[in-house]
Amino acid sequence: MADVILKKIYVKVWRQNNVRAKGRFETYEVENISQGSSFLEMLDILNDKLIREGKDPIAFDHDCREGICGTCSLYVNGRAHGPDRDITTCQLHMRKFNEGETITIEPWRAGAFPVIKDLMVDRTAFEKIQQAGGFVSVNTGGVPDGNAIPIGYEDAEEAMDAAACIGCGACVATCKNSSAMLFVAAKVSQLAKLPQGKVEGKRRAKAMVAKMDELGFGGCTNTGACELECPKGISISHIARLNREYLKAKFSD
Amino acid sequence: MSKIDNKIPAVPLAEKWSKHKESIKVVSPANKRKLDVIVVGTGLAGASAAASLAELGYNVHAFCYQDSPRRAHSISAQGGINAAKNYQNDNDSVFRLFFDTIKGGDYRSREANVYRLAEVSPNIIDQCVAQGVPFAREYGGTLANRSFGGVLVSRTFYARGQTGQQLLLGAYGALNRQVAKGSVKMYTRHEMLDVVIVDGKARGIIARDMVNGEVKRFGAHAVVVATGGYGNVFFLSTNAMGCNGSAVWQCYKKGAWFANPCFVQIHPTCIPVHGDQQSKLTLMSESLRNDGRVWVPKKKEDAEKLQKGEISPNDIPDEARDFYLERRYPSYGNLVPRDVASRAAKERCDAGFGVNNTGKAVYLDFKYSIERLGKDVIEARYGNLFQMYEKITDVDPYKEPMMIYPAIHYTMGGLWVDYNLMTNIPGLYAIGEANFSDHGANRLGASALMQGLADGYFVLPYTIGDYLANEIMTPKIDTSIPEFEEAEKSVTGRLEKLFNIKGTEPVDHFHKELGHIMWDYVGMSRNAEGLKTAVEKMKKLKKEFWANVLVPGEMSNVNPELEKAGRVADFIDIGILMAQDALDRKESCGGHFREESVTDEGEAKRDDEDFTYASCWEYKGEDAEPVLNKEDLEFENVALTQRSYK
Ligand SMILES: Cc1cc2nc3c(=O)[nH]c(=O)nc-3n(C[C@H](O)[C@H](O)[C@H](O)COP(=O)(O)OP(=O)(O)OC[C@H]3O[C@@H](n4cnc5c(N)ncnc54)[C@H](O)[C@@H]3O)c2cc1C
Ligand code: SF4
Ligand code: FES
Repeated sequence: MADVILKKIYVKVWRQNNVRAKGRFETYEVENISQGSSFLEMLDILNDKLIREGKDPIAFDHDCREGICGTCSLYVNGRAHGPDRDITTCQLHMRKFNEGETITIEPWRAGAFPVIKDLMVDRTAFEKIQQAGGFVSVNTGGVPDGNAIPIGYEDAEEAMDAAACIGCGACVATCKNSSAMLFVAAKVSQLAKLPQGKVEGKRRAKAMVAKMDELGFGGCTNTGACELECPKGISISHIARLNREYLKAKFSD
Repeated sequence: MSKIDNKIPAVPLAEKWSKHKESIKVVSPANKRKLDVIVVGTGLAGASAAASLAELGYNVHAFCYQDSPRRAHSISAQGGINAAKNYQNDNDSVFRLFFDTIKGGDYRSREANVYRLAEVSPNIIDQCVAQGVPFAREYGGTLANRSFGGVLVSRTFYARGQTGQQLLLGAYGALNRQVAKGSVKMYTRHEMLDVVIVDGKARGIIARDMVNGEVKRFGAHAVVVATGGYGNVFFLSTNAMGCNGSAVWQCYKKGAWFANPCFVQIHPTCIPVHGDQQSKLTLMSESLRNDGRVWVPKKKEDAEKLQKGEISPNDIPDEARDFYLERRYPSYGNLVPRDVASRAAKERCDAGFGVNNTGKAVYLDFKYSIERLGKDVIEARYGNLFQMYEKITDVDPYKEPMMIYPAIHYTMGGLWVDYNLMTNIPGLYAIGEANFSDHGANRLGASALMQGLADGYFVLPYTIGDYLANEIMTPKIDTSIPEFEEAEKSVTGRLEKLFNIKGTEPVDHFHKELGHIMWDYVGMSRNAEGLKTAVEKMKKLKKEFWANVLVPGEMSNVNPELEKAGRVADFIDIGILMAQDALDRKESCGGHFREESVTDEGEAKRDDEDFTYASCWEYKGEDAEPVLNKEDLEFENVALTQRSYK
């Protein structure tokens, strides 16, 4: 693997000390970054430099650094998770950037996701939506054998497609209405596809949508932007299924 | 020394768990409501435990350092989860899963615990299916299975390459349901910084709110630690960045034994290190060894040309390829256990046959299975892993073999627990990767998820009742008592100390340094001299750290560097204990390879005469050496043999 070094790049970062503070952009120089390094490794190197200079390092969320925990959440050069498809920020690599380039980094921007510090946002609203109904109501123990209810291959695969959502919030950050429809649809659709989840499907759809509205996420106007930036390729066809479940619930009211 | 009481019932193996359940106490529903339980960590083990305990009626207080339980490190498990379902009719059974796990662990785990694990494993699958976990299915609608290393049957259940994610989301759903009901109070972005002991019993924790820096007290009738493994001692590992050993270390310093700290798993199939800017390593699931063949060139000249980038692996004809696992281990071939595969890769690379510009990589080639099964089949099985590989390396694994190298992955060691999963401190429990219980000296693939969920869904909810039944008269724990005050003071004192050193080197500098020492001397291959050197170097590093670390920012704000500083301080101490334990264990077993203990063929050689015990280390104070207690391991149902995968 050939190692190309970016001698100098500039990063323009959103700095905000806490939720109440006023934010601003600041620009920093970063030198000698291997193109094989990840984007977050570049930020590590910048932070190392800032710390050594006695400055406050940039706070950003991250954990697994392999695209599955959904913690990382940067808006890079105007795109959620940056300039590549089907990836999270932590999977973004420096080979996507050029010598001398200025890279702009912002936090997710949505009313329902207040900034905690710098690039970290508060996604508790997603927790509340899941708590409103993103589960099958079974207790531990006393359940049937795993093979008792056959589930067709296609159904299991479709459920898995939806279940792949990592709860990152890129869909919300990308949507001009800050709607969380794709995130909600992914859960509702996964469980609606499975016999175990169908039982309380209507109730779930209603409860989760109501919670989403209550928490200040916008409505869905079908722009499809979310699908394009979703790192896990969650399809907006799940939104259609959510709408069907939701209507069923409304009609049976 | 008196014998350690591990609470294993003295009845035949297959009856132990059912007899034990009959004998342990049960708490009435009315009394459960009066009892508080703290669960620290909401990965697979913690989330399943917290949900199940809340369903039973206990008041649960759960903690995690991420902004959501769904982000625990369990989320990144790829390959699958084992269960003795025998759905494939391939003669699998509880006994066979038990036996494979005992053998895979190189006879350094407890028979009783492992048998129980195998026994409850089928229930886990049923539970997860009921929660809506979308496991892979056959066209007929039944559950699909695959094989994993170290076994000859097909008993691994999976959800594409995202099994951990799906299982965790299942447990997360169960947990959320209880949060909504008010029976679990969830504290996200809270880091445990100490356990509080009152009159010899665990009565609560001290935790820091990671958003505003506030240090708080939490009381409970029992504390469950489910904080995962300490593999990040090595700096580079497949663990998430925040994985830490601190909660375990805090318990150790309060008197809980740390068992088998030196047992670490090195996973054979990870993406090789690319340079010194790297922050973590990425695993390529073991399941890939089902369809990939591992090789290096037979000729050193070829290896050298490959290292210089003069030729491509596809230029090397089959006859010039050394499929060394198939050559050395014909009956298991590419599916030998992890420790064996890792050492074999290191052996080839050390001998000069490694590839990549570093010479520290081997190939994992899918050409043969693509020819046999077609690209579509391979894509359906491993598509997301191939995509992940390509994003990181910029190489298309459908066209060129993957390059892989071993990396630190999992820690078998952890807090010592008895059959009830209680540590030697009454009321303090440890579950999941945080305890030492089930995997001996080497864990089989797809068994950590099984263990975490077994502990959380089906073991702890029963065994904790035995203890709590005696606590029903204990009122709510008052956190204004001196024990809490002192614990809080010492936590705040330590944070201030770290913050005020104001040296010249950031935390990562020390962490990287520690990682180098650990990898070089306490890694895949260990010897007495090296281990002694490691202890010296780490003691020196510890001094430097406490004199010269630079923690920026503010105490009362989000401060990831302050969090890291605390963890790295503990990692240095853990590293020292790991080296001491490795020094004591003069045999080779599982992931622990002592160069002084090998067979004539160069394979690991166990010494059952002297080392059939679990090492239980006891803290004796900051400046004193720890004391080693030994729990003798008794084998009544399997005969101890040298492991052979030939
Ligand atoms: C890349 C990868 C792939 C894997 N694949 C497989 C596989 O296919 N099959 C398999 O069986 N196993 C696999 N494993 C192993 C398995 O995933 C882990 O051993 C298991 O998930 C650990 O679960 P846990 O619940 O014990 O801990 P974790 O999931 O690590 O959870 C730890 C929890 O503790 C919390 N925590 C930690 N410290 C603190 C603190 N101080 N204060 C508060 N909270 C804290 C965290 O927030 C988190 O909630 C894999 C591991 C890795 C790294
Ligand atoms: S739907 Fe996609 S973008 Fe939205 S939270 Fe899930 S994974 Fe992220
Ligand atoms: S850090 Fe886990 S998805 Fe990016």
